[in-house]
Amino acid sequence: MAELIAKAALDGQGPVTRAGLVLSVLPPAPVWSIAPFPGEDLTPALAALGLDFPAPGRSNRAGDLRLIWTGRDQAFLLGGRPPEGLAAAVTDQSGAWAGFSLSGIGGEAALARLVTPDLRLAAFPVGHVVRTGLNHIPAIILREGETEFHIRVFRSMARSAWAELVEVLEHLAARAAAVQGGASAPARTG
Amino acid sequence: MRLEGKGIIDRTREVSFRFDGRDYRGFRGDTLASALLANGVKLFGRSFKYHRPRGLLTAGPEEPNALVEVIGKTSRTPNTRATMQEIFDGLESRSQNRLGSLRHDLMAVNDLVSPFLSAGFYYKTFMWPRHFWEGLYEPIIRRAAGLGSLAKVHDEGVYEKAWAHCDLLVIGAGPAGLMAALTAARAGADVILAEEQPLTGGRLIADGGLIGGDPAAQWVHRVEAELRAMPNVRIMTRTTVTGAYDNGTYGALERVGLHRSPRPNLPRECFWRIVARRAVLTTGAQERHIAFPMNDRPGIMLASAVRTYLNRFGVAPGKRVTLFAANDQARQTARDLMAAGVQVAAIIDPREDVSVVEECPVHAGAVVIDTKGRHALQAITVRKGSETFRIETDCLAVSGGWNPGLHLTCHMNSRPRWSEEIAAFVPVEAAVPGLAAAGAANGSFSTHGALTAGRLAAERALAALDLRAPDLAVPAAEDTPYTHRAIWSVEGAKGRNGRAWLDFANDVTVKDVQLSAQENFASVEHMKRYTTQGMAPDQGKNSNVAALAVLADATGRGIPETGTTTFRPPYVPVSIAAMGAGGRAKGFAPERFLTSDQASRDRLAPMIEAGLWYRPSYFPKPGETTWREACDREVRMVRGAVGVCDVSTLGKIDIQGPDAGRFLDFVYTNTFSTLPVGRVRYGLMLREDGLVMDDGTSARLAETHYLMTTTTAAAGQVMRHLDFVQQAFCATWKLRLISVTEAFAQFAIAGPKARALIDTVLDQPLGDLPFMGVRPVSVGGVEARLFRISFSGEEGYELAVPVDYGEALFRDLVARAETMGGGPYGMEALNVLRIEKGFLTHAEIHGRVSADDVGLGAMVSPRKDCIGRAASQRPGLWGPEREQLVGLKAAGAISAGAHLFRPGFAVERENDQGYVTSVCWSPTLDSWLGLAFLTDGRARHGERIRLVDHLRGIDVECEVTHPVFFDADGGRMRG
Repeated sequence: MAELIAKAALDGQGPVTRAGLVLSVLPPAPVWSIAPFPGEDLTPALAALGLDFPAPGRSNRAGDLRLIWTGRDQAFLLGGRPPEGLAAAVTDQSGAWAGFSLSGIGGEAALARLVTPDLRLAAFPVGHVVRTGLNHIPAIILREGETEFHIRVFRSMARSAWAELVEVLEHLAARAAAVQGGASAPARTG
Repeated sequence: MRLEGKGIIDRTREVSFRFDGRDYRGFRGDTLASALLANGVKLFGRSFKYHRPRGLLTAGPEEPNALVEVIGKTSRTPNTRATMQEIFDGLESRSQNRLGSLRHDLMAVNDLVSPFLSAGFYYKTFMWPRHFWEGLYEPIIRRAAGLGSLAKVHDEGVYEKAWAHCDLLVIGAGPAGLMAALTAARAGADVILAEEQPLTGGRLIADGGLIGGDPAAQWVHRVEAELRAMPNVRIMTRTTVTGAYDNGTYGALERVGLHRSPRPNLPRECFWRIVARRAVLTTGAQERHIAFPMNDRPGIMLASAVRTYLNRFGVAPGKRVTLFAANDQARQTARDLMAAGVQVAAIIDPREDVSVVEECPVHAGAVVIDTKGRHALQAITVRKGSETFRIETDCLAVSGGWNPGLHLTCHMNSRPRWSEEIAAFVPVEAAVPGLAAAGAANGSFSTHGALTAGRLAAERALAALDLRAPDLAVPAAEDTPYTHRAIWSVEGAKGRNGRAWLDFANDVTVKDVQLSAQENFASVEHMKRYTTQGMAPDQGKNSNVAALAVLADATGRGIPETGTTTFRPPYVPVSIAAMGAGGRAKGFAPERFLTSDQASRDRLAPMIEAGLWYRPSYFPKPGETTWREACDREVRMVRGAVGVCDVSTLGKIDIQGPDAGRFLDFVYTNTFSTLPVGRVRYGLMLREDGLVMDDGTSARLAETHYLMTTTTAAAGQVMRHLDFVQQAFCATWKLRLISVTEAFAQFAIAGPKARALIDTVLDQPLGDLPFMGVRPVSVGGVEARLFRISFSGEEGYELAVPVDYGEALFRDLVARAETMGGGPYGMEALNVLRIEKGFLTHAEIHGRVSADDVGLGAMVSPRKDCIGRAASQRPGLWGPEREQLVGLKAAGAISAGAHLFRPGFAVERENDQGYVTSVCWSPTLDSWLGLAFLTDGRARHGERIRLVDHLRGIDVECEVTHPVFFDADGGRMRG
C-alpha cells in the first residue's frame, strides 16, 4: 500500500509584492472541463447550479462555483465538480493548471508586458476571460475584480510563467523607483 | 559656449560625463550634443566614406554626423545620436569610425583620393579578376566600411517589450499634437500622446512665441498639466513611434534607462506595440540643408538646430554666426542670437526681393559658394551677382526650407504628393488607414495653423469613435504665411572642385547624383542604390528631397515626375535587443518540468531537453564515471529486475462522445471502434499527404470514452490535427476532445519484477490484466489508471495518477523498485531498450516516411477510409524502390546520421543506399545496434553494408537485419 501526498504546482511559493502589485499562487481547487456535445443544451442542468454556459470570452458564477469560457464549445468549472449525466464531455483538470492572482492598481500595465489583448477595464471588464499567450506560455486570463486578474497556465510551465511575471514586476518597480529618484524631465522655466 | 539665463536646462544640477577620454561637465537636461557644444567641442565624428571631419548638423533624431558609441560596464552601443543621448553622471562615450584619434583620423586619406571614389566606384573597380572579390576586395572594403563597432559579447542589458491600447494615438507633442490630445482627452477618449523628446512642446520649446497672449511655454505647461491629470491620457515622452502597421498597430521605442546611470532591473529601452483605433500624426517638419560647395564643415548646421541649442540649451553654437536661408522664418535665428548677445556676421538670402532691414548686414540675392576650416568652420565665401567676398564666421546656420515629417504615412506603401506651394512632399489622405497627418507634418507651418489642424484632426477622429468633440477654442498664435524660395544646390566658383554634400551620413554629393543620371541610373530608385543616398542610419531624412530635386534637374524632369523613394519602418534605428526583449536566455521558450523533476535532480540525474520538457538522461551511481556505464546498468536492470521511468511528457488526449470511435477510425490507419472497453491498441496516424504523422496507443476507457497517447514530440501537432479534422470534416459528429497531458503523472514500470512492484502499491490486488489492457485502480486511496503496455519489450505497466500525486508516487515507486534490485531509468536507457525492440520514435517517423517504409503498411486498413490513406497509396510511396526500415548490427561504434553504401562501391551521392536514424550499444546483445532506412531493405536482411560518417570519421561494415533485435515474438512483454 502506498501513501501519496498531493503537491500542487509551485507548492510553498510565497507572494511577491512589487510596484504596488501582489503576485500570488492561487490555492489548489477543483477545475473540470465541460464541453457539451454538438446540439446539446446544458442550460437546464447548469441552471440547477445557478450557472449558465458562458459565451466566448465570458464567465459567470454562483457562490463558490464559477464557469469560465476556455475555448470553442468548452468551459472550465472552477471550485466544484460538475453534476453527473451532463450531455457533455467532462474531464478533471484540477492539477493541470497552475493559477496565479495578480492584484493591485495597474495589473493591466504589468500584463501588457506579456499579453497582446487589450485588458483595460473598459475592454475587459470583470468576469471577462481570454485565452492568450503569456509571452510564449499558453494562458487563461480572467478578470476577477476591478484590480485583480487570475492567470492560469499549464502546470508544467508554472515556474517559467511565475518567473516571467516576477521579472515584469521587477521592471515596473525599477521604473517607478527611477521616476521617484528624480524628475525625469528637466525643470521648465519661463 | 553657455549663455547666462538662456535655456531650460537645470543649472542647479551639474552632470559630469566623458567623451573620447576627456571629462566634461554639463547640466541636467543637456544632450551629449548640447553639452559638448557648450564645452566648445565642434568635431563629433568622421563621415562614412571619406572620413571627413563632421560636427553637429541638427539637434534632433535625424542627425547624420554626430554618431557616437556609448560605453557601459558590459555594453557598448554604437551609432548613438549625440543629439538624442541625454547626459547623466558617469556617461562614457566616444567617437567612432576613425583610425587613430578623431582629430587625426588616418582613414582621412580617403578624402584626398575622393576624386576616384565617386559613386559606382566599387562596381567599376573591383570587378576583375573575378575571384579576387570574395578573397581580397570584399574583406578590405568591409574592414574600411561600417560605422561603430560591436562589443562582441552578449547584450545582457535589461530590455522590455509591451503592448498598449488606446482610442487615439497622437504622434508628436508639438502644438498640433497637444491640441489634438487635449481635444480628444476632453471628449473622454483614451489618448496616448507619444513624444520623442523628454519634453512636450515640439518646436515651441526652441521657437517660443505667444499663444493666447501668453508665452508659448506657459501654454504648453498648462496643457500638459491638464493632460497629466486626466485618467484617460497617457503621455509617453522619450518615445519614438517607429512604424505604422496593419490594423492600427504602431511600433514605438521608449528610452527608459538610456538617459540615466544604470540601475538594476531598469530596462534600457522598451519596444511598444500600440494598438490605436485612430491616430494623428503631428510629427512636425524637418529643416533642409542646402547643397553648396563644402557645406559639411563642423560649425555648419541647420538654422532650427541653432535656435534649439540657443533657446533650449542656452548654448551659442558660435561666436560669430552667419545665416544662409531662403525663407523668412529662418531670420528668427539671427534675431534670437542677437537678442542673446551673440554676434551675427550677416544674413545671406538667395532671394533678390526681400527685406534687408535687420540688426545685422543682409545680403539679398547672395549665396554661399565655398567654406574654409578643416576641423571647424573659419570662413565662408559669398557670391552676390558678379562679386564674391569672404566672411569670417565660425558657425553657419542654414535653412533650405522644410520637409513635413510624413515618414509614417509611407509605411504602408503610400507615396506622398508634391506640393509646389511649400516645395515639399506632403502626405496623401488615408495613406495609413485611421491615421491623419496634421500641422507641420501635413505642410501647415504656422503655429496657429498647427493648433487649428490639431483640433480638427482630433474632431474627425472623435466622430469616427462616436465621441462628441468638446467646445475648445483655438488660442491666438503666430500665423504668418510661409514665404520661401526653393533652393536645392549652389554652383561653386568656376574651376574649383567644391563638393556639395547631400547625404552626410553616406557622403553622397551633388556630383554623385548627376553622375548617376549621366550613367542612366535615372530612376530615383536606381539613383539611391547607385549612390547609396538615403541608405545610412538617418535613412535619407536630411537628403532625400534635395537629392531627388538634383536628380530631377539633371534628368530634365520635374520633381513630381521624378517621384520619391519610399520610407519604410523603422523611422529611427531600433535595437534588436529591444525588439527581442524577453527572448534571451530562458525567455526564449518556457521550460516544462515533470512532477518527478526534483526527485530526479536529487539523484543527480543530468536533465536533457525533450522539446520544452526536461527529462532525466540517466541516474548515476557512485563509481560510475561515464553516462554509458549508468545507461548499461539501467538497461540490465530493466531486463533483469524492474525499472521506473516518468513518461508523463507523452501527449494525452481525452476523446469522449458517441462518435469517438468513428472519429479514431478516421484519424488512425487502423480500426478503434471495434476495440473492447478496457483494452489498448497501437495506432498509426498519417498526414493528409500519406506520410506518417505520429504513432501511439489509444485506450478505450468506456463505451464512449477513449484516451489517446501521442509521442512527446508530436503532442501539440496531433492535438492541432485532431482539432482541425473535427472542425473541418466532422463538425456535427458527437464528440469532444481535450488535452489531459497536464492532468496526469504517468510512470512506466517495466521488467520481470514489474508485476511484483505493482502489486505492492495498489490498494487491491491486480488480478489478471492482459497485455494491452487498461483498468481503473486505486493507489493509497487515490483513483488511478493502470495500462499494461510496454515500450521496453519487458512486461510493462504504466500507472497514471492525478498530477498532484506525481512526485509522491515517483519517489515511492523508485524506493520500492530499489528494494527489488531495480530503480529509476532515464532517456538513454529508454532509448536503448526501444532500439533493441525496434520500436519507433520520431528519429524514424521523421515526416518523410510512409507506413510501408517503416514496415507498417498492413496497418493501413483497406476496409475503411482514413486521413492520408488515399495519398499513401500513390505510386512511389511504397515498394522496393523506397528506403525501408532495417536493423544494423556492427562490431564497432556506429552513428546516427551515417549513410549506407554497398561494399566496394565509391562513397558518392549517386551510390547512397540509405541512412542511419538511431544507434546504441546494446548491453543485452553485446553489440552495436542501429535502425536505418535502406533501399529495398526488407529484402536485404543478412546482407553486408558499408556505413560511412564523414563527420565522425566512421567507416565500418554492418550486417543488415530485421529491425527487431530482441525477443522478436514478444514473449517477454506478453508475460
